[in-house]
Amino acid sequence: MGSNAAEHHPVCFKWILRAKDNGAKLMHVDPKFSRTSARCDFHVPLRSGTDIAFLGGMIKYIIENKKYFKEYVTEYTNAAFIVNDEFKFKNGMFSGFNAVSKTYDKSSWSFKTDAEGVPLRDKTLQDDRCVFQLMKKHYSRYTIKKVSSITGVSEDNLLKVWETFAATGKKDKAGAICYALGWTQHSVGVQNIRTSALIQLLLGNIGVAGGGIEALRGEPNVQGSTDHCILWHILPGYLSMPKAQWNTLEDYNKACTPVSHDPLSANWWQHKPAYMASLLKAWYGDKGTKENGFGYDWIPKADDGANYSYLYLFDRMYNNKIKGGFIWGTNPAQSVPNSNKVRKALENLEWACFAEVHHTESTDFWKRPGVDPATVKTECFLLPSANRVEKEGSITNSGRWQLWHYQATKPQGESMALGAMSVSITNAVRRLYRKEGGTYPEPLLNLDFPDYYDPEKIAQKCNGWFTKDTTINGKLYKKGQQVPSFTALKDDGSTVSLNWLYAGGYTEEELGRKYNKSKRRDWSQTPEQAAIGLYPNYSWCWPVNRRILYNRASVDLNGQPWAPQKSVIRWDGSKWIGDIPDGGWPPMASGKGKYPFIMHKEGHGQLFGPGRAEGPFPEHYEPVETPVKKHPFSGQLNNPCAVIFDGEMDKLAAPGDKRFPIVLTTYSMTEHWCGGGETRNTPPLLEAEPQLYVEMSPQLAKEKGIENGDPVVVESIRGRVEAIAMVTIRMRPFKIQGKTVHEVGMPFCFGWTTPGCGDSTNRLTPSVGDPNTTIPEFKACLVNVTKAKKINELDV
Amino acid sequence: MKCTRRGFLKLAGVGMAMLPLSQLGINLKPVQAYAAGMKIDGAREVISICPFCAVTCHYIAHVKDGKIVSTEGDPDYPVSEGALCAKGAAQLSMINSHHRLLKPLYRAPYSDHWEEKSWEWTLDRLARKIKDTRDRDFKRVNDKGQRVNRVESIFHLGCSIMDNEECAVVHQAARGLGLVHFDHQARI
Repeated sequence: MGSNAAEHHPVCFKWILRAKDNGAKLMHVDPKFSRTSARCDFHVPLRSGTDIAFLGGMIKYIIENKKYFKEYVTEYTNAAFIVNDEFKFKNGMFSGFNAVSKTYDKSSWSFKTDAEGVPLRDKTLQDDRCVFQLMKKHYSRYTIKKVSSITGVSEDNLLKVWETFAATGKKDKAGAICYALGWTQHSVGVQNIRTSALIQLLLGNIGVAGGGIEALRGEPNVQGSTDHCILWHILPGYLSMPKAQWNTLEDYNKACTPVSHDPLSANWWQHKPAYMASLLKAWYGDKGTKENGFGYDWIPKADDGANYSYLYLFDRMYNNKIKGGFIWGTNPAQSVPNSNKVRKALENLEWACFAEVHHTESTDFWKRPGVDPATVKTECFLLPSANRVEKEGSITNSGRWQLWHYQATKPQGESMALGAMSVSITNAVRRLYRKEGGTYPEPLLNLDFPDYYDPEKIAQKCNGWFTKDTTINGKLYKKGQQVPSFTALKDDGSTVSLNWLYAGGYTEEELGRKYNKSKRRDWSQTPEQAAIGLYPNYSWCWPVNRRILYNRASVDLNGQPWAPQKSVIRWDGSKWIGDIPDGGWPPMASGKGKYPFIMHKEGHGQLFGPGRAEGPFPEHYEPVETPVKKHPFSGQLNNPCAVIFDGEMDKLAAPGDKRFPIVLTTYSMTEHWCGGGETRNTPPLLEAEPQLYVEMSPQLAKEKGIENGDPVVVESIRGRVEAIAMVTIRMRPFKIQGKTVHEVGMPFCFGWTTPGCGDSTNRLTPSVGDPNTTIPEFKACLVNVTKAKKINELDV
Repeated sequence: MKCTRRGFLKLAGVGMAMLPLSQLGINLKPVQAYAAGMKIDGAREVISICPFCAVTCHYIAHVKDGKIVSTEGDPDYPVSEGALCAKGAAQLSMINSHHRLLKPLYRAPYSDHWEEKSWEWTLDRLARKIKDTRDRDFKRVNDKGQRVNRVESIFHLGCSIMDNEECAVVHQAARGLGLVHFDHQARI
């Protein structure tokens, strides 16, 4: 769901087809019939933005038909936990909503505990305040009739998918759900994915071979760049961003470190202070002392409730609050929604530093069509970036394998690796501060920062080392020696690590012999590992080379695999065999075990997830721009917490707006990548896919008097885009609440710097975001389509 | 030593070409002459990774005289087994694209064109802009008097094409400057 893997991840799709060859059933649930659909057993079209209704109905089906994996659900999820009496759900809203701030007070979304603070459980799952019963009640409203009427999926098709997938709830069966960006780019994006997590936990499909929720990640090192947290709200290794009210490192640790009172819960994040101290020591070296919180005192802190993500950034830029900045390897004038607003906002900058391989719609925003450069004040720097093959370093794939790539040639011309640019620029600023002084230079000048960019050295520092001689399990590690894994990291300043997750990937078990495991190319595996396709000696995988996360959920309480024919791990009486177990404790039945979901405070898979912005159970809300005025599950039409801007350029069409009756979704294609900046400048790829098109059903085309190949104008309340009509049965009209609703689909990779190919589709999409992530709602908005009278953007 | 699939194919290829065929009386001279004339003859092989999606298909770059003359899928990577999609197969065209930026460019305020500049000039000028903005807008405390050490008027929008090591230095540099408007495509 939310993925067209055959076209967007073609090489990974061959493994999915291999599963099909082995008897797996493949189903594709997506608005458009694509090459993925063609290869699946069947395709089920649904209206964009109705995934939670579709999956909520499946949860009801699984529970009412007792298709769930009872032992797994009882032992490994929080189904048996008793929820506090104050927790309520009524008419689409959970208890604790503040209508002014559009946020929830989540204090009632919590569990009852005993006197020691251990959550109370009813393993019979009968208590009417247990998570299982609350969940059953919550989804009892998702009847097949209602789900069908709002998603546009026929009842037959719904049942076909629900029955087929629910069959994987047997203990020796597994089912996987593959998704991509299409699922996250909704005002309910996080809850889309959480709903699939609920299903996978009910069916016992997490931690097992062939199970899981596979994020088919779209960008080349998006796993690694997320692990290193190039994001305002987290620090490397998913550590919390410091807030203003946490004045000292001690305050920070106290507020951010979860405490569990359950002796059977590993509560892995209890080690957060060790990871944070090691990060700060890596940033500030000897200057970071206990007195200054290892440098905590210097680093930036956000105000409580602040949000610095890019939708807010461009809104502030539009409102003249931002003066300058860096836009590196990204093309917001093309790929951020409501791009007319973004393009206008860029004109308010005093200076901008771009780093790119080619000119893009962002770098050249000051001379875009319709703009006189003489009116744009921005001072622009455009730095030539090297191609990956011209530098060495590591990246991390969707399966968390850290992979080293090598430098084939020097960067062409005067181009430079982005890492080298960052080091050069930072050092140039540091030199100026040393020479002239200035506003509070300590945070910058005290950094333990390299003089030049050396990827091997940085990789060593990501793993980290000891800052003094340390003995672990009788083995002496000298000062400066690499740490063997993150279990060696300390909160007292005696270890350095730029990212705790990567500790263990570049070790030095023998002093002086550093070992970069991301370079390993060894295919060797045991027969058990071969049976499930694990390559434990090829490269290295975080954490601690564990290839399947939460793998202790793949075994019963005695440590024996639910599915012996595809065992991930197995307890042989004295130790675990197979993958690296998710914690080495003996099986639960021994009484010395720990619950398998070690990253959660209580150690259980969270059917009831108290941490999300808009509720502990996913609930169907319509996209912010929706063709319907109401939906059948509650009176709450949209996500009450959605991020919405109300500036002059942030217009939204009203629900059911007659001027914009058609749903628009967007997608990528095999030949172009994201905004298209690189691939449009690669001749064979542009030749294969030269121009912007809009896919529409023959029924819609007939209504609008449009023929296949006609130039058309697609308009939303925010913008206008020219495209070529592609009239195709791949798009089908939906029957929604008894009425026909049309959906059209467009790629978003074409921009004006490539002449005649069309311009940004994102001029149509709204600057609306998911409240948990602020990821924009690219995948569902409202438009109209008309035959073009005059064409400016396309060569026809 | 474990023989990788690719190594095995090479050995098998040599065996097939050198022994049985010649023993069968087949004249290999034209084939050998053709191979010697191939553009990858004598080239150094370097493993890199396709810069697009996170499947991370590996490819082999053939380098001759400091230039990449060919790229092909790497059969020794267990995920891709040598396969590449249309984008991966177009690596050579992408690397050697005539549209690539090869020098630092500068666009002065209100100007209608880019001009080429040296790295030295560019770094000096850029450092000046960064420092002036930071000096002017850096906040030690917020409205409540809490220590915040941040500059909100400078932003960094990065990218997921960066290597892990690049991300690590970029993150350190950004927080060292005091940046909070710090984001990238993982939010797309």
